[in-house]
This record gives sequence, structure tokens and C-alpha cells, in this order.
Amino acid sequence: MNIKHILAAVAALSVAGGAIAAGADLGQAQKQATNWTAITMFAIFVAATLWITKWAAAKTKSAADFYTAGGGITGFQNGLAIAGDYMSAASFLGISGLVFANGFDGLIFSIGWLVGWPIITFLMAERLRNLGKFTFADVAAYRFSQTPVRIFAAFSSLIVVAFYMIAQMVGAGQLIKILFGMEYIYAEILVGIIMLAYVLFGGMTATTWVQIIKAVMLLGGATFMALAVLVQFGFSPEALFTKATEIHSKKDAIMAPGALIKDPISAISVGMALMFGTAGLPHILMRFFTVPNAKEARKSVAWATTWIGYFYILTFIIGFGAITNLIANPGEYYVGGELAGGLKGGGNMAAVHLSGAVGGNLFLGFISAVAFATILAVVAGLTLAGASAVSHDLYASVIRKGQASSAEELRVSKMATVALGILAIVLGIAFEKENVAYMVMLAFTIACSGNFPVLFMSVLWKDCTTRGAVVGGFVGLVLATVLTIGSASVWEAVMHNPKGSAWFPYNSAALFSMTAAFFTIWLVSILDKSAQATKERELYLDQQIRSETGVGAAGASAH
Amino acid sequence: MSQEISNKIAANPAFQRFVSKRNSYSVVMTILGAVAYYGFILLVAYNPTFLAQKLGAGMTTSIGVPIGLGVIVFTIIITWIFVRRSNTEFDDEAAAILKEATK
Repeated sequence: MNIKHILAAVAALSVAGGAIAAGADLGQAQKQATNWTAITMFAIFVAATLWITKWAAAKTKSAADFYTAGGGITGFQNGLAIAGDYMSAASFLGISGLVFANGFDGLIFSIGWLVGWPIITFLMAERLRNLGKFTFADVAAYRFSQTPVRIFAAFSSLIVVAFYMIAQMVGAGQLIKILFGMEYIYAEILVGIIMLAYVLFGGMTATTWVQIIKAVMLLGGATFMALAVLVQFGFSPEALFTKATEIHSKKDAIMAPGALIKDPISAISVGMALMFGTAGLPHILMRFFTVPNAKEARKSVAWATTWIGYFYILTFIIGFGAITNLIANPGEYYVGGELAGGLKGGGNMAAVHLSGAVGGNLFLGFISAVAFATILAVVAGLTLAGASAVSHDLYASVIRKGQASSAEELRVSKMATVALGILAIVLGIAFEKENVAYMVMLAFTIACSGNFPVLFMSVLWKDCTTRGAVVGGFVGLVLATVLTIGSASVWEAVMHNPKGSAWFPYNSAALFSMTAAFFTIWLVSILDKSAQATKERELYLDQQIRSETGVGAAGASAH
Repeated sequence: MSQEISNKIAANPAFQRFVSKRNSYSVVMTILGAVAYYGFILLVAYNPTFLAQKLGAGMTTSIGVPIGLGVIVFTIIITWIFVRRSNTEFDDEAAAILKEATK
């Protein structure tokens, strides 16, 4: 989500004194009107999900229940949950906002977010399920020496989770401020506490069901909006596009690629981050351990891909629907009632305004509640992924060398959950005024340069060794971070260096950092002549048999 | 996993044949997905005017729209094709190899 836009919008709003919820209600300064419809809808959602959490808590007794819902989620359910994890408020509001502003460019952008899924299906899903238990480090460290690989995996997971989480928490605070008229700091605490209740008491079972419910609400709401738009044009996309090009300031340019892609290297690099980063996100990878077997794991990615693809098609229609509905009515949706004033609440509010335009105040409240629920559910998934990295990888495997009991591990994961929940609130408040737009992209870049190469090589390349995996993984992680800092989105936009001074010329580091990681893993592994390396290469056959046939894989309920 | 079963599977030439067949299928499908996406992105980068062309005389819809939506639909379809074949044909073969090793 483009936080800068929202911040600018909040400033613009306070100047104009408009309030989103009350339409063109002028005369209030600073304070947003409290949107009771949205708050009521959201309260119903929270009540329902807390009731589910209570039910899930009764089932969450062991570490396996906590991390993986006892392996009892079906492929279809898990597909919805994965889609829910991926369809964040940022992708809903951000992509529909991008289509609203630039038309076709929004579609290019959304396609990038989808293409990582087949990669996971074709190369990872089955192997993850067959080799893993609770975290992706189980897979990466399968035949390697546990301590270094686990330390790398936990470190890298926590960094990815932290950046992703800050972006979500800051987005949540700003969004709630606009949608509900609530103070930023209360919004942060509210998100933190409700999320903690889900994860702490209901573990993976509650987190999964919250995610499923939210995914259904989001898909249902978006479907309704897209249909409402298409009905206006007699289900003729051509008529919709014609009207949009007539009234959009960019005219016919919204039907063609615009300024989104500056140079081919950036395009390919961003594409790589999205494509392979998805296969390295810890909160996505952990979902493969919640299904009973490889068959269901494959089904879950196929369903997830289907829902996410469908969702992006909807956002494209919604974006164009926003053009035809909102621009035609500047008095209602624009600051000061004029197009020059900009959309109330900023470009990311296009979908929210459209929901009011096609479904009235009640539906606007529903979509606002869905946007909030979305953030809540994504943050819960991230917290669980971070907590398992701490308790399963660091505590149980590194500190206790696999000797911790299920009860001890569960206790530590709950402590880690509380710590991460508090950290999320603190970071959310600390970064309120910061530009966090780059953080999700950085999380993807680190995931594709650190986690993905290590996972990929350890599972698919016989000669990979501990040394190669760990050194290569860290090279990818460090390079991804350093090069991102040197790119314009951080060097200039965040660190306020003069324009044009960014020393890394491309939009994404992925092309370079991921290649470097793969090369380092290869080089260090073939140079590794230690006895340990020989042993690890010999273990490959055993690992391969398990990853390819599922023999000996952790069972459904008795992990 | 018992070492005995593992050794039997390792000794079965059908296992390596199975693995290489399925892996090359995975690689072919991955390349297919990557070609569709990068083909689209390179078209955007090098030949945007092609994507801006209209579908027909007097129309607003550009060629880019069906192509872009086509990439999304294609991605979904190849995923399901892969999953279907894996969940039937490949799973049956794996089960047969496993059965042979455990009998």
C-alpha cells in the first residue's frame, strides 16, 4: 500500500474537512466521522472469529495443533486460507487504486503477483509437505547439520516477517483512521490484541479459519462490486472501457502499458522477486504442513492460484468501475468537489468509494470491515510464522537440540507469540510517520534471495552442503537488503538523499541477489570437501525417496 | 522410514525413472509458466504499441486486455493440469513403487 498517498490524503482530508463516512460532510477539521455501520460490521466479524477461536482453543493441545492445526485442513480449505494470506488489504486497495489511476498498468502489476504460484505448485508444494513438519527449516535442514541451517532460517524468516508486518501494521493504522475515524494508536493496539487472541488461544486452527472467513468475505464483496459495475454496462467490457477512456484524464492511454515499467532489467528483476519470493515467504510455506498429504498440498495451491487469479481479474474490473463511477461524480468523491482536489482519502480509496457508490452505506461498511479483517488475518498468520521460527527452529532445535517436549515447545511458542504481538504494536506505532512502501517488496526480495535458493538447492541438488546453503543464504539476504537500500525507493524516498543519487539503478535487487545466492551455494558446496559434506551428499538419496514418494512423511494428526 | 524399505526403493530402477519423468514434467511446466509471464513483461517493455493496438476498428478494448487476462487464466489452467496429472498418474506410480518395496 502506498502509505505516502494515504498520509497525503489524510492531510488533504483534514484541510478540506471532508469525511469519508459521511460523504461530502464538510465543516469538520482533523477528526474523521465515526463510521458506525463499518464498526458494527467489524464487531460482528470479530465476535464470530473469537467464537471460532474458542472452539479452536479446545482443539489446540499439542505443538502440532498449534503450528499446523493437527494437519487436519483439507486442500480446498487450505487453498482459501493461502489465498487469504496473499490477498492483503494492500493488494485489494492498492491494485484497484492502481487500475483507477493508470488502467492497464494495474493489470501488469497484478499478474506479477500471481505467477509465483505455479512455481510453488510445480517445484515445491509436494516436497515441502513430504519433508516438512512445522516450519520450512524442517525441509531445508533435513539432511544438513541442524544448528547453522536453523539459525539462518529463523533469522531470515524473522526479517521477512518483520518487514511484512510493519507494512501491514502501518497500513492498518492509516486505513482504520480513515475508514472508522479511530485514533492511529488505538487502531494499532486493537489490531495487536485481537490478533494475539486468535494466535495465542486458537493457534493454527483459528488462524486458518479466520483467514478462510475473510477470504470468502473479500471474494464475495469483490464479486458483488464487479458484477454491479458490469450490470451498469449491460455486461459489456467494451462499453465499460469506452466510458472510462472518455472521462479519465489520461484518455485512451489507460488501455495501454504506461510508465510502470521503466527498463527491462527492472521489469525482470521485480518479476523474479514476485515469482520466487512467494515460494520463500515463511507464512505461506507453513500452510503446506496443515494438510494431511502431498495430494491435498497440491490441491491447496491449485485452489489458491484459482482464487487469487480470479481476485485480480475482479480488481481490474473494480478499478475501471471506480473510474466510471467516481470521476463522473466529483462532488461526492473528490476533495473540494473538484477533480483537481484528488480522490478523498487518496488513490487507494477507489475501491472503498466504489463500494458506497454501488451498494450504499451498508455495503461501504461491509467493505471497510473486510479491509480491516484482512489486515488482522494477515498479521495473525505472520505472527504465527514468526513464533514458530523462534520456538521450533531456535528453541526446540538449536537450544534444546530436539530434546524439548511438545508441552515445552508449545509454551515457548506462546511466549514468542506474545512477544511478537507486542513488537508488532510497537513497530506499528514507531513507523507511523515513516514511508514503508518499500517494505513488502523488500520482504519478497529477501525471501527470494535467502529462503528460496536454500530451500530449492537443499531439496533438488544432491551436492548441496550445509556450508554452501548457509553461506549462500546469507549472501542473498545481505545483498538483497543492501541493494534495496541503494535503490531510489529507499535511498531517495526514505533516506532523503537528493534525487538521482541512488547508487543502485534498478527497482528491485532480486535479479542480482538471487543469482548471487544460487552461485554462492553452488561454489561453496562444490569446494566443500569436509567429511560432513560427504555424509550429507550420501543422505540425499534417503531425502529424495521421502520427498518424491512421501514414505515416512509426517502423518496427518500424529506429527 | 525403515532403512530396508528405503534401500529397496533405491535399488528399484523404476524409482529413478519415475523421479526423472516427473521432474522433467515439473521443469517443462515451470518453463511454460515463466515463458508466459516473461513473454508478457518483455512485450510490455519492448513493444508496448503492440499491446495498445485495438481489438477491432472503432473499439476501445486493446489487445493487451485479453492477453493480460489470458496470462492469468493460463496460469490457473496449467496449475490444474499439473495437479490433476500428479494426483492421479504420478501418485499411482509412486504408490506402486512403494508397494513393491514393502511387500
